[in-house]
Order: sequence, then C-alpha cells, then structure tokens
Amino acid sequence: MIYFLIFISAIFVNNIVLSQFLGICPFLGVSKKIDTALGMGAAVTFVLTLATVVTYLLQKLLVLWSVEFLQTILFILVIAALVQMIEIILKKISPSLYQALGVFLPLITTNCCLLGVAILVANGTNKLPGAMEHNLLSGTVFAFATALGFALALILFAGIREQLAMNKVPKAMQGTPIALLTAGLLAMAFMGFSGVV
Amino acid sequence: MNNAVKTLTNGILKENPTFGLVLGMCPTLATTTSAVNGMSMGLATMFVLVCSNVVISLLKNVIPDKVRIPAFIVVIATFVTMVQLLMQAYLPGIYAVLGLFIPLIVVNCIVLGRAEAFAAKNNVGLSALDGVGMGIGFTLSLTVIGAIREFLGTGCVFGAHIYSDQYGMLIFVLAPGAFICLAYVMALVQKLMK
Repeated sequence: MIYFLIFISAIFVNNIVLSQFLGICPFLGVSKKIDTALGMGAAVTFVLTLATVVTYLLQKLLVLWSVEFLQTILFILVIAALVQMIEIILKKISPSLYQALGVFLPLITTNCCLLGVAILVANGTNKLPGAMEHNLLSGTVFAFATALGFALALILFAGIREQLAMNKVPKAMQGTPIALLTAGLLAMAFMGFSGVV
Repeated sequence: MNNAVKTLTNGILKENPTFGLVLGMCPTLATTTSAVNGMSMGLATMFVLVCSNVVISLLKNVIPDKVRIPAFIVVIATFVTMVQLLMQAYLPGIYAVLGLFIPLIVVNCIVLGRAEAFAAKNNVGLSALDGVGMGIGFTLSLTVIGAIREFLGTGCVFGAHIYSDQYGMLIFVLAPGAFICLAYVMALVQKLMK
C-alpha cells in the first residue's frame, strides 16, 4: 500500500517537472514532437531508476567512510559514467533500443532531475507518505515513479505543443514564452491532485 | 579596456542567461518565490561561475581536450561543494529554503556553458569578467522575477509590505505562477529588445 502511495504521489501530486521544477531543460527542449518526447521519457525512466539505485548504495559507502561532503562531486561523476556505460552496453546488446534512445542518452547527463532525485533519495529529504525513511526498495519505486511522472508531463506537453504549432501566437509570445505559459496551465491542472495523498 | 567592458556587459544585456540564452531554467523557476531567495540563488551561482571560469581558464592548457568536460565538471562541483558548506554554516536559513538547488548548480547549463564557450578559450582576466557579467545578469533576472512573484503573491517586495497580503494571489508563489510569470517577463523582454 505504501508503495502505491509513493507511486501516486510521485507521478501526480509532486510531479517532478510541474511542481518540483527539476528537468525543465529537456521539458522545454525536446517537447516539440510526441515521438521525441516518448523517446526521452523512456530514456529518462531507464537511467533515472538505475542511477538512483547506484547512488543510494554509494551514499551508504560515503556515510561509512564519513566523507559525505564528497556527495555532489561523486554523484555527478558516477551519473556521467553510468550514462556513458549504458550507452556502450545498449549499443552492444540491443542495437534497436540504442537506435531509439541513442540521441537522448548524452543529453541526460546534464538533466538536473537525475542528480536531484539521487540527492533527494540519498539524503532522505523528500517527504514519503507516513514519514517513513527511504530504503532501497522505496527509493527505487520513488525514482521509477518520478521518471514516469516526468515522461507523462513531457508527453502531455508535447501533445499540446503539436496543436499549438498550428495556431497564431502574438509575436512577442512566440517560442519559449508561449511554451512556458502552456506549462503554467498544465501545472495548474496538476495542482488539482494536491491533497490526494 | 573596450573589450573588457564589452565582456562584462555581454552577460547582463545581450546574452542574458535567462532571457537571451534561456539557460538554467530550473533554478529560475524554483527559487524565485521571493526576491531575497532569487537573489541568494543568483549570488551563489555567480560565485561558482566566477571561480570556475578563473580556474578553468588557468588550467585550459593543462587539461587534455578529450577529457575536458569531466574535468570542467569536477572543478565546478568543487566550488559548488564549497558554496554548499559555507551556506550551511553561515546562512542556514537561506540554505534551508534553497535546499536541493544549491548542489544542483553543478548541472546548471550556464556554468558549464560559459566554461566551455568562454573560459576554455580566453585569458584569466576576461574569463573572470565574463563570469561576473553572466552572474550579474542571472542574479538580476532572478531578483526581478522573484520580486514580481512576491509582489503579486504576498503583497511584499524584499519583505516590505506594499499592500495587504489578503489580496495577494497565492498562485504566483506556487508552481504555476512561476511558469506564467516567467512567460510574461520573457515576452516583455523579447518585445523590448526588438
């Protein structure tokens, strides 16, 4: 039950993009077409879940050796290495998947939702239902659900933007401003979920 | 001299990180719930930007070209950790509010972007000036957005009451207000720049 609550909370109530403001760059950057949004969403789901598991275990080592201040440096290096590794492995074992996700993988390193979620889970600072502490399983579930929330927001947003491309927009609002405004309305819609969990 | 002034003002007006280059959107949206919060985030980023620009400019001939991005990230992460520890010790109130977004300066595209585009190609003095200019530009835009959101949401600017907070539109302090406010400010800047 608690995992179900974590799931709902991470996807809808505390959506990573629309209420936590993590991963805005890919949200604005690769949301012009639904196809690319799907690819990016899948790539983030894959990498985010894996990266959170690895950094969670790494944090245990950091605490063991009492060098917690190295967290930021080590996490970003581990994430960068991990993304590179996933790229190499995918290329070898599943060329078709690599074809689909390939272009998005290098972009993910600088996606702040990766480092953000890793730090949130490792430090245990995000609020879990019932104020429970993160363990490996809850961290993994949280990361997976967060990534799904990212994918959901991205795909919804891409769908709206595809429609928006056919409309006339005032000159000053063209490009990023209208995209941000759309995101604002989407965020307002997601606010309707607050209080569910 | 002319070159130095140009480098400094480039980041404030022409290539303003937020409105010109549209980089670093996450902290711009997340930490601008009030003018003070926006300004603190801007100043923290500025410190990292100036320091990393100087160090990377000094090391540009030592770092092999192939591993330059990881090397830049390590330099940046070092300064971010310094900011993190300093803020934790001396400004615990602001650190609690900004929280996660202080370590996330590492993945702020402006810092790595300036390291790659400017500091890796120019001398130390100019790189420092570029960092200062970009930092001021970023701080300014964050402060302006923070002030607008604070004013509309709570009726204050920098904590000083302008009108009663019972007329404030709470939505501007919450998540959707960030997107909407930034959208209109950006549209205004685009209109004025032309």
